[in-house]
Amino acid sequence: MDETNAFEVNRRKLMAGSAALATLNLPSGVEAQALDEEAPRVVVTFTINGHLQRLQLDTRVTLLDALREHLHLTGTKKGCDHGHCGACTVLANGIRINACLSLAVMHDSDEITTIEGLGRPGALHPMQAAFIEYDAFQCGYCTPGQICSAVALVDEVKRGVPSHATGDLTAPMTLSNVELRERMSGNICRCGAYSNIADAVSKVAGEML
Amino acid sequence: MKFATPAGENPIDRLTVVGQPLRRIDGARKVSGTAPYAYERHDAVTDPAYGWIVGATIARGRVKRIDVAAALRAPGVLAALTTLDFGAFKPGFRTTLHLFGGAEIRHYHQAIALVVAETFEQARAAAHLISAEYESASPRCDLAREASNAEPTADRDGPDYPVVDRIGDFEAAFAAAPVTLDERYTTPDHTHAMMEPHATTAAWQGDKLTIWTSAQVVSWHRDSLAAALGIAKENLRVEAPFIGGGFGAKLLMRADALLASLGARVTRRPVKLTLQRPLIANGGTRRAGTIQRIRLGATRDGRLTAIGHHSLNGNLEGAFAEAAIAPTRLMYGAPNRDLSMTLATLDLAEGNDMRAPGEAPGLMAFEIAMDELAEKLGIDPVELRIRNDTQVDPRSPRRRFSGRHLVECLQVGAERFGWSRRHPAPGSMRDGRWLIGMGMAAGFRLNLLVPSGARIRLERDGRLTVETDMTDIGTGTYTILAQTAAEMMGVPADRVTVRLGDSSFPQSAGSGGQFGANNATSGLYAACLTLRDAVSARLGLDPGTAEFAGGDVISGDRRVPLAQAAEGGALVGDDQITYGDLDKEFVQATFGSQFAEIAVDQFTGEMRVRRMLAVIDAGRVLNPLTARSQAIGAMTMGVGSALMEALAVDKRYGFFVNHDLGGYEVPVHADIPRQDVVFLDHPDPVSSPMKAKGIGEIGLCGVAAAIANAVYNATGIRVRDYPITLDKLLDKMPRAA
Repeated sequence: MDETNAFEVNRRKLMAGSAALATLNLPSGVEAQALDEEAPRVVVTFTINGHLQRLQLDTRVTLLDALREHLHLTGTKKGCDHGHCGACTVLANGIRINACLSLAVMHDSDEITTIEGLGRPGALHPMQAAFIEYDAFQCGYCTPGQICSAVALVDEVKRGVPSHATGDLTAPMTLSNVELRERMSGNICRCGAYSNIADAVSKVAGEML
Repeated sequence: MKFATPAGENPIDRLTVVGQPLRRIDGARKVSGTAPYAYERHDAVTDPAYGWIVGATIARGRVKRIDVAAALRAPGVLAALTTLDFGAFKPGFRTTLHLFGGAEIRHYHQAIALVVAETFEQARAAAHLISAEYESASPRCDLAREASNAEPTADRDGPDYPVVDRIGDFEAAFAAAPVTLDERYTTPDHTHAMMEPHATTAAWQGDKLTIWTSAQVVSWHRDSLAAALGIAKENLRVEAPFIGGGFGAKLLMRADALLASLGARVTRRPVKLTLQRPLIANGGTRRAGTIQRIRLGATRDGRLTAIGHHSLNGNLEGAFAEAAIAPTRLMYGAPNRDLSMTLATLDLAEGNDMRAPGEAPGLMAFEIAMDELAEKLGIDPVELRIRNDTQVDPRSPRRRFSGRHLVECLQVGAERFGWSRRHPAPGSMRDGRWLIGMGMAAGFRLNLLVPSGARIRLERDGRLTVETDMTDIGTGTYTILAQTAAEMMGVPADRVTVRLGDSSFPQSAGSGGQFGANNATSGLYAACLTLRDAVSARLGLDPGTAEFAGGDVISGDRRVPLAQAAEGGALVGDDQITYGDLDKEFVQATFGSQFAEIAVDQFTGEMRVRRMLAVIDAGRVLNPLTARSQAIGAMTMGVGSALMEALAVDKRYGFFVNHDLGGYEVPVHADIPRQDVVFLDHPDPVSSPMKAKGIGEIGLCGVAAAIANAVYNATGIRVRDYPITLDKLLDKMPRAA
């Protein structure tokens, strides 16, 4: 047996321990598997855009792929699958996260909101409408993530969550242009719609804050 | 319709719909996540198998053996194909690369195997069980080191120019010039980093194949894939209604389309896969880095007498050079010129088209050189450019520009930006701890004419349907085609449905080289003319005098609702635009000026762009809202070129280390300030019946140099080696006062 396989065995033993499972917030009975083994499948129950969903999933399925491949909610995009680009941003219990960096099984009983849950053609969320009004996108691939991020951002400011760009932590939180740009910087737009996105988000934030 | 003489007055000139800032007609789908991209076709393909691509881990050599036994035993695996199972597949359009097949490895992360499994997770896991043995040769990947092996090379896209393009006597003029500049500039390798990775879903039905893919030019992908697979074009359908950015990367078929098709054939299942993000920088194409030498000679009053521009560049054997000298041919007048390129062999990802190929890196260098010359002369950089404007092709002085308003771009830009507030002495402007600098540059990019077809149908309910294989890569094609149809047929734009990106529709120019909008709308213009004639004939009206306005067709004292013409059945107009010699008779080009203000932290060298302005001369603007978005997007990419973007080569192994969106830094929100764009209003009747020109690339041309010049104005540090990162400033920063 070579070193790689030995490592796999060790990792499995380690992760099978109950303490490790608790830390990782995995459902009990889950073990990591080697590449050539059948993966365990577990049942995940969560609320997606207000609808209760029950899926039996390979434990390796990310929240992103659960949405896109299992629920066919393809509005959430896969740009890098590495947490670099932000195209997969969704709201988990109201907090924005990169869905590609999160396993679906970690979201048992969570409430997930995706771009499809914010609004749809004919009944758009104000942030979605503002993105159209300000032409705050081009190819559209980063757009759902930008919009989810922007919606969460407004809420963060409401709740007084500071950012790297916040000057005075004791003063009432406002959404300056610098603050907005800092908070949106996890969402890359290669088409370069940033200044239009800033205008769109400012407008909506001005109405909501 | 052949467009061979300049356009006269035509229905587009009414500008009731064209030229208006109509919001994107596909906007609601994009902001709601309901626009389907290539990997998301659950509507068309149920129960696909998933593919995962394995890339080579050497840059040059041969694959000796690939062991897929373990992968084949892994759960859910349906197939494991290796490059050794096939002969080399024929390279596609505009590329020299075999994307798959055979033992030869020409660059790192070249596809060597494909695993197809029931699920994505199973395919990925099994791919990691594949091992390969190589016979590896030492990669050539250091451009400076390979310089001595470089050979003179022609410009692929300028085949009429001599390899060494000499006019007058450059050496004598340069030697005699009272003021000269002779400097070297380097630009690094760039990757497109579009947000949607290359992706394809492929499904066979008998001997017919359909792929849903991410393509800028549908017909190029269709032709390339059909040739590679050895199937008739008619048996291949390509659909690309939505494309998550391309910037040149998706002009060409990549391994995703070929491997999805092979995987689907072998497994007899539809297969979908993506060229995984970490494989794209090395396994896709790049904007090739350059080392440029620029020599300028000028009179004391700032007239250029000699321009020398040489660009060294490296690429795979048989591939072409990045034409960094292309803009220099036509940008400024000077009687003595010496322009040339040399090409070395490098075993890196293929150098190929990326937004404003040639112009972007060429102007990154040349427009710094002009700033340096201005300082030597003691002439304002805006004024220096104005003094050297040319209204004719320096190589053929009888050949005029169809429309050239570079001087106006410069003057309007200087006025709008407040250029007069700039202090020419570096380091003179401060804002607290920040050194403030203002810089500018000029931009240039050719306008290309490409045949383009479209079909328009007047439906029985009076609506119009436009069909063409043209693509919308974020540029606003859906919207401007609706505007064009609406203007030509005299109806509101919301009465037009636009269907794009399907190879069963008439072939178009596609999206690239900033040739999409002007040619695709012109093709639709031609189709609309045939539909107008069909409508007139059906209604018994004189086609020569019939006007289409307000939803009606009007001729003499008759006014008939347009919809009435289709009551007896839909009417179709199907045509294409082709071109005569107007692009040979005239130089057709777009122009711009770029202005930037930057703040540089005097202690840390941190750079923040504070504001940007572009003034663009690109003929008629078809939609000022979407055109502006293209301009600010290009300006944003220019900030990346100036301050952060560079693929870092591991010279031991011959690959780009920062091959993902974490390591290859592109601008983010925090990097981009307020941006202003001014479009000059100069419709160009020589370019097309639309009188428009390209807009997608001119916005990038000159941006990086404007920022580089602003950094110099702020700090007095001249960086000629992009990107301008703070490590290149720190040890030279002026002492804090």
